[in-house]
Amino acid sequence: MASITLENLAHSYHPNPDGDDDFALKDVNYTWEDGRAYALLGPSGCGKTTLLNIISGLLTPTHGRVLFADEDVTASSTAARNIAQVFQFPVVYDTMTVEQNLAFPLRNRRMEASYVAERVGRIAEMIGLQADLKKKARGLTSDLKQKISLGRGMVRDDVNAILFDEPLTVIDPHMKWELRTQLKSLHREFNHTMIYVTHDQTEALTFAEKVVVMHEGRVVQIGTPKELFETPAHSFVGYFIGSPGMNFVPVSVAGNKARLGDETFKLTHDYGNPNGDLKLGIRPEFISLTKGVGLPVRINRVQDVGRHKFINAALFDTEINITVDEGFEIETDMKNVILDPDKVSIFCDDWRIDAQSAGKMDGGAT
Amino acid sequence: MEKTVNQRAWFLVIPVLILVAFSSIIPMMTVVNYSFQDTFGGNNFFWVGLEWYRELLRSERLWDAFGRQLLFSSIILLIEVPLGILVALSMPKKGISASICLVLMSLPLLIPYNVVGTIWQVFGRADIGLLGRTLSDLGISYNYSQNAFDAWATVIAMDVWHWTSLVALLCYAGLRSIPNAYYQAAMIDQASRWSVFRFIELPKMRGVLMIAILLRFMDSFMIYTEPFVLTGGGPGNTTTFLSIDLVKMALGQFDLGPAAAFSLMYFLVILLISYVFYTVMITADKDEAQS
Ligand SMILES: Nc1ncnc2c1ncn2[C@@H]1O[C@H](COP(=O)(O)OP(=O)(O)OP(=O)(O)O)[C@@H](O)[C@H]1O
Ligand SMILES: [Mg+2]
Repeated sequence: MASITLENLAHSYHPNPDGDDDFALKDVNYTWEDGRAYALLGPSGCGKTTLLNIISGLLTPTHGRVLFADEDVTASSTAARNIAQVFQFPVVYDTMTVEQNLAFPLRNRRMEASYVAERVGRIAEMIGLQADLKKKARGLTSDLKQKISLGRGMVRDDVNAILFDEPLTVIDPHMKWELRTQLKSLHREFNHTMIYVTHDQTEALTFAEKVVVMHEGRVVQIGTPKELFETPAHSFVGYFIGSPGMNFVPVSVAGNKARLGDETFKLTHDYGNPNGDLKLGIRPEFISLTKGVGLPVRINRVQDVGRHKFINAALFDTEINITVDEGFEIETDMKNVILDPDKVSIFCDDWRIDAQSAGKMDGGAT
Repeated sequence: MEKTVNQRAWFLVIPVLILVAFSSIIPMMTVVNYSFQDTFGGNNFFWVGLEWYRELLRSERLWDAFGRQLLFSSIILLIEVPLGILVALSMPKKGISASICLVLMSLPLLIPYNVVGTIWQVFGRADIGLLGRTLSDLGISYNYSQNAFDAWATVIAMDVWHWTSLVALLCYAGLRSIPNAYYQAAMIDQASRWSVFRFIELPKMRGVLMIAILLRFMDSFMIYTEPFVLTGGGPGNTTTFLSIDLVKMALGQFDLGPAAAFSLMYFLVILLISYVFYTVMITADKDEAQS
């Protein structure tokens, strides 16, 4: 086992890429530390699968290098890298039984029969397939097939890393939770490096110690779930994490004063005089609705979702969301909001600006 | 849901019935009719019952032809199926080279049967043929019109040349339908090339292979034109397959009765073997799915 380093990685599916748009991955630099559990989060088409395939050696990157510890493996085969990967859609060997499917990666590595039997038994127990071991894989339902794929990914205990590509998409919600718990306990036991791709933020936030957020072929932020929530480095992270996502209001900033529409809002820090497209970001949870104090809003509609109510309102022509607890009574004369000044972020050209350095954090998280 | 009773729908089937009647049922019944009768020319027929069938089943000539036919079909299946799979596996997967390959592969399939026979007849001639001349220059004695083994080898080579493409094209179509994820998973699982074939490609080709084998079996069992043009059934009777024998009997000797009985038995044998073959394949398929 070793850390995995990606150096100036870029990949294009075009034979002759021309310009940034042709690249599915654009300049990724990152080191995945040995033995940690990561979630790779991003919308559809942002390059998650491409990144995994490059790490496992199924794809050779157009530019850049992949290193395991200090060894350059960019040109090594998948087998030489010894990585397990579970794909987005179930892949099973139809003519084999469930047991043979699970044993396949071990048999290919010529492991001893007793060891194979023991590992297959363990994994079957974890994913709840003991009763089906002797069945042919072909007749099974797709969630059982996906469990087999998952099992095949976890059956080797000497792998350098295990990559999961949205492994639970076809699985029932209650089973999802159960399997995720199993994955976490597997991680605690064997300390494999795990990269778990998903576009479901709850899944990412509950699985991983560190979440890597990708957007349009770039890594935009890496952090703990708390960091992503409180200090999103890019407006995309703010919008993507949280439900509903962060609110963005056009703003102009001078020192520690922000002008929103025709009101002035006092910031907690001095931001200098940033240039560019400026936005004030605030999460719906940190806005409170008041009578007469704060910025004026007009409420459009209220949505009750059980434990919370989502209020959609207009603040100087910008739509914002406000989250309040279910017990909160909304009165007709509540026409103002207070933004919690500690939770306000300022974004310049989509990147969050740091109050202290007062400049643009170039390249953000990379 | 209530079904409405409307027998008028049957009228819609009538055109098909008429077509099938004229194209197969009526001609076939004529043959059935002949097979139970004898004639001394003119238009005088008289009833002989199962006589022709009894006679044919006792005749060595029919059994010999039948044996040759089975041997021939078995040999070409044993060669064409593995060879076709091999060719399909080594064909390029995409791009211009794949298209070129497909066109080249289809060429033999487009050549009329009698032309194929003629091509090989010339090809194998010791005086002007490329194959015959080369072999005799190498000091190998080869003469398909004199030597039974050479005749067989040439007929088989001709069939392989003509029809392996069909098996290969069908297998190729089967292979192309395998999602890439299967190959990726096999790479991750560190499967050998043989395992990839055995556990991914072969199971996915099963359906098309079944069709290929059935088609090749039926077709080779009825082969006529190519060996007839090439060897005329000789030397002696060594390449006289069932259909060649049948034509000799029906048109050469004008024994309409026995020839009709022969045709019917021939037809039933093909039907029977194909049916058995199909049933075995289908049940094997079901067993796999259930167990
Ligand atoms: N084999 C391919 N050939 C050409 N383009 C591809 C191929 N695979 C992916 N792409 C393109 O590369 C980009 C990134 O794709 P990728 O599959 O890595 O996204 P993803 O983040 O995994 O998305 P999803 O969440 O939908 O799985 C997409 O724009 C996609 O259209
Ligand atoms: Mg994907």
